[in-house]
Amino acid sequence: MKKELANHTMTEQILSLNVGRKVQPGDIVTVKVDLVYAHDGTAPLVISVIKDEIGLERFEPKTIVAFFIDHVAPASTVNSAEVHRKMRLLAKNNGINLYDVGRGICHQVAPEEGLVRPGYVVFGADSHTTTLGAFSSFATGVGSTDAVVAMLLGKNWLKVPEPVKIKFEGSMQKGVMGKDIALHLVGLFRAGSMTGKSLEFDNVDSISIDSRMTITNMAAEVDADAAIMPTDKKLLNYYRFELGMEVEHITPGPRAEYADTVIVELNNLDPLVSAPPNVDNVHAVTEYEGVEVDQVFIGSCTNGRLEDLEIAARILNGRKVKTRCIVIPASIRVYQKALSMGIIDVLIKAGCVVGPPTCGPCVGAHLGLLASGETALSTSNRNFPGRMGHKDSKVFLASPATAAATAINGKITDPRGYL
Amino acid sequence: MTVENYVIRGRVWKLGDNITTDHIISGKHKFAFIDDVNKMLPYLFEEVIPGFINKVSPGDIIVAGSNFGIGSSREQAPRLIKLSGISAIVAKNFARIFYRNSINIGLPLIEARVIPDITDNGDIITIDLKKSMVINETKNVIEQVKPFPQLVLNILLNGGIINLLKNKGLDAI
Repeated sequence: MKKELANHTMTEQILSLNVGRKVQPGDIVTVKVDLVYAHDGTAPLVISVIKDEIGLERFEPKTIVAFFIDHVAPASTVNSAEVHRKMRLLAKNNGINLYDVGRGICHQVAPEEGLVRPGYVVFGADSHTTTLGAFSSFATGVGSTDAVVAMLLGKNWLKVPEPVKIKFEGSMQKGVMGKDIALHLVGLFRAGSMTGKSLEFDNVDSISIDSRMTITNMAAEVDADAAIMPTDKKLLNYYRFELGMEVEHITPGPRAEYADTVIVELNNLDPLVSAPPNVDNVHAVTEYEGVEVDQVFIGSCTNGRLEDLEIAARILNGRKVKTRCIVIPASIRVYQKALSMGIIDVLIKAGCVVGPPTCGPCVGAHLGLLASGETALSTSNRNFPGRMGHKDSKVFLASPATAAATAINGKITDPRGYL
Repeated sequence: MTVENYVIRGRVWKLGDNITTDHIISGKHKFAFIDDVNKMLPYLFEEVIPGFINKVSPGDIIVAGSNFGIGSSREQAPRLIKLSGISAIVAKNFARIFYRNSINIGLPLIEARVIPDITDNGDIITIDLKKSMVINETKNVIEQVKPFPQLVLNILLNGGIINLLKNKGLDAI
């Protein structure tokens, strides 16, 4: 079958190999789910569907199941503490892998733990599950009931999406990051334009694994079903040296057919911001330079990785922040690496607050909510009104480089002057 | 409203484009009452239709523009809408996860091209799931919509995917 699929898109290859017959866009198929996960935002309904709607206390998971306590971790309210307790109990009783308080954000920890591999079909009860497509998997966000079906049956249905190709040309200039590519694509396609489509990326060699994850992460903002990066030398080396694993190769065939092809000239990209109130309101940072901000947040599943903290530290080294600046590593492993490289020290000396690994203020749950009338610049992925706090607060989205430069001045700042 | 005989009739709540899951139930309220969906009900559509939960009547139908339900995977969003008494949502198109979540809990979503443009708050709408028809009785406009895929219709008619699996067995999907 692999031979038969040699000229197909990655979406068709992964799903055909999974289903055991050639599938095409538009087909409704039942897929074997290789990994399914939920977190403390979506697990409460997972638990209530299993216990109250189905009436099960114990069950045999039919695939790899993981629970992550990452959204409000450690618990900030008694309610969230109760949820965490229920998650621990269900995990313990039913052979679910539990990643408890402090381990980190699901989309960061799953690859760190080797839970995802090229060719996998992943159902994650979180919209940003598309992040895992950076590892050549078909990873799609679902709700709690869908996650339960996948846990109990090891399978679920989906409609094969129509693949769209995004080809990168050239390489990014200094001060431009994967986040700027992600914002560029969101601005270009617009929010919600890619429902029923999968994004497939080509010529990704110049882009780091960390940046690839940022790009596939924000595919959720255009509502793509999945966002898939090909298996290349960089990814093989990641598996070999970080995880000691040899993995399948997933690459598109040379004559694979796409519904559409978009070329992104990386050389021409500037640092960008997404201005409130919509994520697809994307502009060059220069258009908003000078806008005063009350808070900068560097973190989240979009930009809490080592590369992100590293560039923030490079810009903040020997300088002081003028506004409150909250830095939250996406996982404890990122935190440890940043510590050993001296990055955390630089950030603290610059006046940043460094928090434990968690989703933090991104989702407006804890650790840095905004008051009415306040403005934040955040490296996260959404800026709906009220996303990070009061309904009359504003959120600009940008890269960690732009965030660090902005923290120095207390105003939105082009990072290129600091690199 | 009787999904059982495939026809739903109700009064319209009209909404615009890009109603996100945060507009439906914001993250802060979701996390404040994370352990009990019922406690989130007073905050449903908080910023969009203040006091919605006290104004909505059982059987009412939401009619909206494009990208309804875009944003997070929170299943609380369609569950709260269903709990409030809303019987169906008609929109130009729906975000993917919101669509799956709604179908999975047995809340019918209908994609229509014309009805969202010509419908006003308070109009009376009839939806025939099996005939794939939406009728605005107030405006006297009938729209034929794309039929549901068989699996999706099966899930809806069984009142959600868990009920479908209970009723028809594990090979139903």
